[in-house]
Amino acid sequence: MSKDSLIGGSLWEQYSDKVTKRMNNPSFMGELTEEDAAEKGAKLVVADYGADSCGDAVRLYWLVDPESGKILDAKYKSFGCGTAIASSDVMAEMCIGLTVDEAVKITNLDVERALRDSPDRPAVPPQKMHCSVMAYDVIKKAASLYKNVDMSVFEDEEIVCECAQVSLSTIKDVIRLNDLKTVEEITQYTKAGAFCKSCIRPGGHEKRKFYLVDILADTRAEMEHEKLNTPPEEKTFSELTLIQKHKAVEKVIEQFILPILNADGGSVEVVDMKEEEGSTAVYIRYQGACQGCAASSTGTYEVISDTLKQKVDTSIIVYLL
Amino acid sequence: MKRIYLDNNATTMVDADVKAAMDPFFSDMYGNPNSLHSFGTEVHPAMREALDRIYEGIHADDEDDIIINSCASEGNNTVIKSAYYENILSGGKKNRMITSTIEHPAVSNTYRFLEKLGVEVIWLPVNKDGLIAPETLAEAIDPDTTALVSMIWANNETGLINPVKEYAEICRENGVPLHLDAVQAVGKIPVDMRDVKADFITFSAHKFHGPKGIGGLYVRQGNDIIPLIHGGEQMAGRRAGTINTPYLIGMGKAMELAVKNLDYEDTEVRKLRDKLEDALLAIDDVQVIGKRSLRTPNTILASFRGIEGEAFLWDLNQQGLAASTGSACSSESLESNPTFVAMDIGNELAHTGMRFSLSRYTTEQEIDAAIEVIKNAVARLRAISSTHNKEYI
Ligand SMILES: Cc1ncc(COP(=O)(O)O)c(C=O)c1O
Repeated sequence: MSKDSLIGGSLWEQYSDKVTKRMNNPSFMGELTEEDAAEKGAKLVVADYGADSCGDAVRLYWLVDPESGKILDAKYKSFGCGTAIASSDVMAEMCIGLTVDEAVKITNLDVERALRDSPDRPAVPPQKMHCSVMAYDVIKKAASLYKNVDMSVFEDEEIVCECAQVSLSTIKDVIRLNDLKTVEEITQYTKAGAFCKSCIRPGGHEKRKFYLVDILADTRAEMEHEKLNTPPEEKTFSELTLIQKHKAVEKVIEQFILPILNADGGSVEVVDMKEEEGSTAVYIRYQGACQGCAASSTGTYEVISDTLKQKVDTSIIVYLL
Repeated sequence: MKRIYLDNNATTMVDADVKAAMDPFFSDMYGNPNSLHSFGTEVHPAMREALDRIYEGIHADDEDDIIINSCASEGNNTVIKSAYYENILSGGKKNRMITSTIEHPAVSNTYRFLEKLGVEVIWLPVNKDGLIAPETLAEAIDPDTTALVSMIWANNETGLINPVKEYAEICRENGVPLHLDAVQAVGKIPVDMRDVKADFITFSAHKFHGPKGIGGLYVRQGNDIIPLIHGGEQMAGRRAGTINTPYLIGMGKAMELAVKNLDYEDTEVRKLRDKLEDALLAIDDVQVIGKRSLRTPNTILASFRGIEGEAFLWDLNQQGLAASTGSACSSESLESNPTFVAMDIGNELAHTGMRFSLSRYTTEQEIDAAIEVIKNAVARLRAISSTHNKEYI
């Protein structure tokens, strides 16, 4: 809850300009035919994903060069909301020029990122993320048709939510990729559980093999387990993206620094991070009791700086705002 | 771009006469009506006049109460929670409450909250016409255990008008109080409390060209109500809080005009609605929900095959046309509108439903322009759609 959440009807205001533009003037919308394929000596692939009854359905067309496996052209049709149309449009564009094997690696997050106006502002509000998930699933479907293999090669096609046609692996993936912690978030990202709700927990109007509550609990447990048992990432700190660096810093602050500050009624937030030549600048601001406390500029600062250098990376320089 | 507003079931334009009636009570006659001095008492005649218009508007008896409050949501909460306090919290025998599956959230979410507190709520389903059949209520009601029945008079999404007179008879026979959400009925169809023997009804001024944030709760004589808001002695102790005098006066004027215009609503607004509806039905694969004769004269809920509601609303808005969709995709929660689910026609309405609601300010030119806008949007979106490949019109 926050000031921003008090006035409703802001859904469209949260769309990026790119989403708006693609929705108003989709460039890759359309169909490809056998004639188009013959002309280019390519193989036509037509993949359908979703259904009317789920409120989202997309059909992807590919012309694939049989020699190189390269996608020469891509088009789509979409029954869906503005975000679904914009996501499909970007997705089709992204496929062109890639090989089928490369295209399969495109995720919903890539699609969403490509729709952002600026790197740190989401292109759509969280509950619209599912529309980009759809764009990602249809690629796998197209690849499976092209390779004449089951989609299970790319994912284990155990459907958890029939209404929205969401598979077990999609759900596990979005939990992992997006670090989801609640069933509501799973629903926002995948639409699983948004309709008849049978798949959320036992006792709904239809009995299911898998329930979101269990998948979430199991996947979170797996994630915890992996965290404890895998050695720290082979990637060194300097190889991480800024977002990953930020996460690493936040984690250490949460785990080691906040408990100390909170005990005195204080807190600290990371306001910004910048990559600099050979170092990473972390800008912090004190909150609560730390703000007015004279000691905060020396003692507390040193604790924070030392902890981050020790637990994250020696290249970190902490700036107090 | 000249915009067209066909979302009058969401809210309406404040009538210029209503605005004029309210105006003196902001900065000239701003006294608190509870004060004994002249600043307070000089407001009384206009307030009394407004109450008269509101009582007349729904044909309430002078012995009945119309509690002026902030909105219909407040009124609905007051009635439902009052019945809960009186019958259930007190440990009484009447521990069940009855409502329908097509209520506005102001009723359904209040009942859902009571369910969490352990109340047994019976949700009545619709029949093939989209109405709650009186027999369905008759079967569910039990004179010994039913504490309250809450029903929507006219549904906000479909405009379908429920057989409320029959409900009232059934409730009387069983000695169970009846609460009607009359928000979409007032100003659209006659609301006559002499004829419909309900115990409580609720309404909001902004649905009939009055201001937002003021409403009324009708309480038939002989019924108790436990206040939702405790405090001062306003509204005879039934609803505390300094009364919003300018808005009450505005609501009085709005009621007067709404009742005067009921005939116009029934003839001219209906004509324009029917013209729009005929044009929609001429488009391929469009379905309108509910028989015309059973609906308020201003409302159309239509399903456009192959077009997702939010995308449709987007296109209409780009061309300056305001309507409303219950599409799951357009809601914050990704949940389909419950009325659409209850009225389920093959699971698609929840994604393809679009509501157009007119008012007495809607003009024929606007309807003609709206038809063009709608056709353009349908053509564009069906060309994009993967589930509608047929050429249309
Ligand atoms: C049938 C119905 N009931 C209740 C309400 C709530 O009215 P308000 O928001 O003025 O409280 C509405 C308004 O949308 C409605 O249509």
